[in-house]
Amino acid sequence: MSALDKERSGDNQPAGVALAGDYWRPEGGPDPLSEKGRIGIGAPLSRVDGAEKVTGSARFAGEFTFEGMVYAALVYSAIANGRILNIDRREAEAMGGVVLVMTHENAPRLNTPPVFLRSPNGAAGDDHPIMQTDRVHWNGQPVALVLAETQEQADAAAESIRVDYAAEPAMTDFELAKTHARRPDNVLGGPAEITVGDADAAFEAAAHQIDATYTTPRHNHNAIEPHALTLVWTTGDGDESGREGETLRIHDASQCVDLAVASLAEVFGIETSQIHITSPFVGGGFGGKALWQHQILAAAAAKLADRPVRLALSREGVYRVVGGRACTEQRVALGADEQGRLQALIHSGIAAMTQHNNLPEPFFQATKCLYAADHIRLSIDVADMQMLANTFMRAPGESVGSFALESALDELADQLGMDPLELRRRNEPERDPTSGLAFSSRHLLEAARSGAERFGWSERSATPASRHEGEWQIGLGCATATYPYIRMPGAAARITLTPDGATVGIAAHEMGMGTATVQTQVAAARLGLPVEKIAFHYGDSHLAGSVLAGGSQQTAAIGGAVIAAQRALVAELLALVGQDSPLSGLSPDEIECRNEGLGAIGNGSRFETYAQILARAGQSELSVQADAAGSEELANWSMHSFGTIFCEAGVNSVTGEVRIRRLLGSFDCGRILNTKTATSQFRGGMIMGLGLALMEETLFDPRSGRVMNPSLADYHVPVQMDVPEIEVMWTDIPDPHTPMGAHGIGEIGITGVGAAVANAVYNASGKRIRDLPITLDKLL
Amino acid sequence: MQWTINGQVREAEVDFRTSLLDLLREQFQLSGTKKGCNQGACGACTVLVDGERINACLALAVQYQGRTITTVEGLAENGTLHPVQAAFIEHDGFQCGYCTPGQLCSAVGMIGELERDHPSAVTADLAANGIEWNRDELRERMSGNLCRCGAYNGIADAIAAGLAKELGEELGEELDEELGEEIAR
Ligand code: FES
Ligand code: FES
Repeated sequence: MSALDKERSGDNQPAGVALAGDYWRPEGGPDPLSEKGRIGIGAPLSRVDGAEKVTGSARFAGEFTFEGMVYAALVYSAIANGRILNIDRREAEAMGGVVLVMTHENAPRLNTPPVFLRSPNGAAGDDHPIMQTDRVHWNGQPVALVLAETQEQADAAAESIRVDYAAEPAMTDFELAKTHARRPDNVLGGPAEITVGDADAAFEAAAHQIDATYTTPRHNHNAIEPHALTLVWTTGDGDESGREGETLRIHDASQCVDLAVASLAEVFGIETSQIHITSPFVGGGFGGKALWQHQILAAAAAKLADRPVRLALSREGVYRVVGGRACTEQRVALGADEQGRLQALIHSGIAAMTQHNNLPEPFFQATKCLYAADHIRLSIDVADMQMLANTFMRAPGESVGSFALESALDELADQLGMDPLELRRRNEPERDPTSGLAFSSRHLLEAARSGAERFGWSERSATPASRHEGEWQIGLGCATATYPYIRMPGAAARITLTPDGATVGIAAHEMGMGTATVQTQVAAARLGLPVEKIAFHYGDSHLAGSVLAGGSQQTAAIGGAVIAAQRALVAELLALVGQDSPLSGLSPDEIECRNEGLGAIGNGSRFETYAQILARAGQSELSVQADAAGSEELANWSMHSFGTIFCEAGVNSVTGEVRIRRLLGSFDCGRILNTKTATSQFRGGMIMGLGLALMEETLFDPRSGRVMNPSLADYHVPVQMDVPEIEVMWTDIPDPHTPMGAHGIGEIGITGVGAAVANAVYNASGKRIRDLPITLDKLL
Repeated sequence: MQWTINGQVREAEVDFRTSLLDLLREQFQLSGTKKGCNQGACGACTVLVDGERINACLALAVQYQGRTITTVEGLAENGTLHPVQAAFIEHDGFQCGYCTPGQLCSAVGMIGELERDHPSAVTADLAANGIEWNRDELRERMSGNLCRCGAYNGIADAIAAGLAKELGEELGEELDEELGEEIAR
């Protein structure tokens, strides 16, 4: 029987849920919903949008139409740096159906967009002017846009456009750029260098040393839905002359509707109230669906042509216009004593970046919190390149950083002749080794122990290349996974209560993570309503608050906002009840939500349903909105998710081919809210980790600065046959300082997998591959 | 020009350059069929033509005139989900849902392959009469449908469960049980 059926059959009345207190303060108690056995929490509820997704009725951004809509196609620069001398658009303009050819010569004046992580309104990938000058800043930059009545006409016209350039020298070679590397002024808002003690001296003095360089290539998100949007400019009713009432309506594929509105308002010099973005279905994001040039160009062209526009990037277009993960070269140096205790931990290196964005791929993130070394030095330098700005991709930093760190740990274990899990156990810290804060919730050793038991880790042979099956060499490897808990400011929620149930509205996003489903469950549990009486609204910039789908923060951010809104709702409901109500005289903290109404805690008879309260007050609905509490918990504790990844790999001794035979992830991510969607999230991350380990690489030509494999045929991602049955398990121990006791789980799955695979490959073949991806040529 | 799409005769005059995929999405507003690459690499555009699965992005609309095409919108019958559709929901065979229509049509297309004894790269005995239908056959045959969300395990579970049900109805209870055991890992 599913949890839903259970609730329907009523044989398990939901217990009351009191209002959450100050979970973010040391003296505050945990969210009551984090307690074990809460009805509906953890239930494997099937996705609330499942039927729409399997029948094809879920409408994605590039599938809306407007009356009179035209289709866009882009022309991309073929040089990395220089000037446009001439754009020959005559042939294109004469072609059938062509409505507009837009270049820097006729594009409307646009302000440069604010950049993500540099400006509070920033959603843009870089700060280059957009089609405003003859300058070319990267190979692939849009230099012309065509609008036509059909996509075929637009594409053909775009192909006919000839562009002459005056190319200038460009820094497109990472090897060369590295020699001019610089220390960025910040990494994700924090320092670019972190030191504890004197790591270099401690390393020199250590009895056991590992000092190795690990390299990771560029990656692209490759969400299966290419970026697309449909938009229209309209002027308000009765406003003939226009400008004032002008609004921009956009159906976009976005993981940040509010931030995109704020950035677009700056670009077009209009008010945020004049822009409305909705994005109810997003065909995968992984960090790639923020604001890039295509949205701005589409809106500019629509304005110029005075027609609604659909712009759907081709798969190649996504590679040209939307940044990916930067390549890195990392050094990990470990110094340990005879017992394997780390005395020195150095993790430094260089990542490619541009001078026009602000994301040094933060590969030392995981290293900040994982091991109790006496002396630590972490640093990131950037090599400025003339390329499309790099950006966030699933677990920026941890995904590639954990490959280096966790490979090095394995190398040290090998040198010490110690089990790799035991080595990690010996270096488990009491407190956060770099911030000194206590951990809010850390049960990594428990996750590692239970995972090892389930996986059969004890069967691993300590001697590499000692297990064979025919021409296959078999090996086991493990690695630690970790990703921070965060809760960004800006979240707010609106709860609208009617006699039939509640609507929860929040400007958050669903890109497949299960947000809509999980938050429906959580709201139902919190308000004491069955799930079918909750409608969760999201993906609309008109909704309350501003919640970025990033940093695995949505679960907590939405949870915190709903906690605040629930308190406001209860206060308003109590203000409505009259003298005759059994609830009369109670304060919010004496109240719990239960059985579709409010009741006094510990008193079954003092109870009224929401419908009764509303009816008594003569109201058909009650609507409240509240802001989430500030995320003080982040200053009070070191907050992270943890896990251990176990992998069994087969290496073909004849061909060098690697096949993953088994993969298990054992996670410690607080309370799991929906076992079904959580399983999918973990597995999805781990599969992207297999891609990172074995096949993914954006090939960047160091001579031309051009991405040479901008297609799903040439950029390989794991397919069905590459993926074994993946086991996932979790501690399910709630974090006492987070909403629902939960942590976001969208990114941790990819972390650790690269190293677990590399370590298994080493155990299988005796070959240590420090350069991703682990393709067969490296094993021959 | 004329096509039979999801049981209905549809007519349109289209550009000879129009792909079958764009015909469906832009002319007939059947946007359930997805465009993930437009170059035959992802399988998101998979539809059934006379029961066989093809990549609609690699097909020209003109070339398929007069043929019978089934898209994801046509899998359910009279409002009842196809067993594979229902199983996708139950087994969480998707996350974002963008690859899902292609996965579904591809899965349904496999039934025909089974009936026609088409071998795959993992078929062990090409000379044998009939194909031993197992999870590897399923995974190999579904490897043309990419899922970046990584719902592969759920997809395989869903197809196994859905096909077992579908084939059970078509070929009798006996097979249902055998398949159920064999496919459900
Ligand atoms: S869209 Fe046809 S195979 Fe990708
Ligand atoms: S469910 Fe998102 S690509 Fe498959």
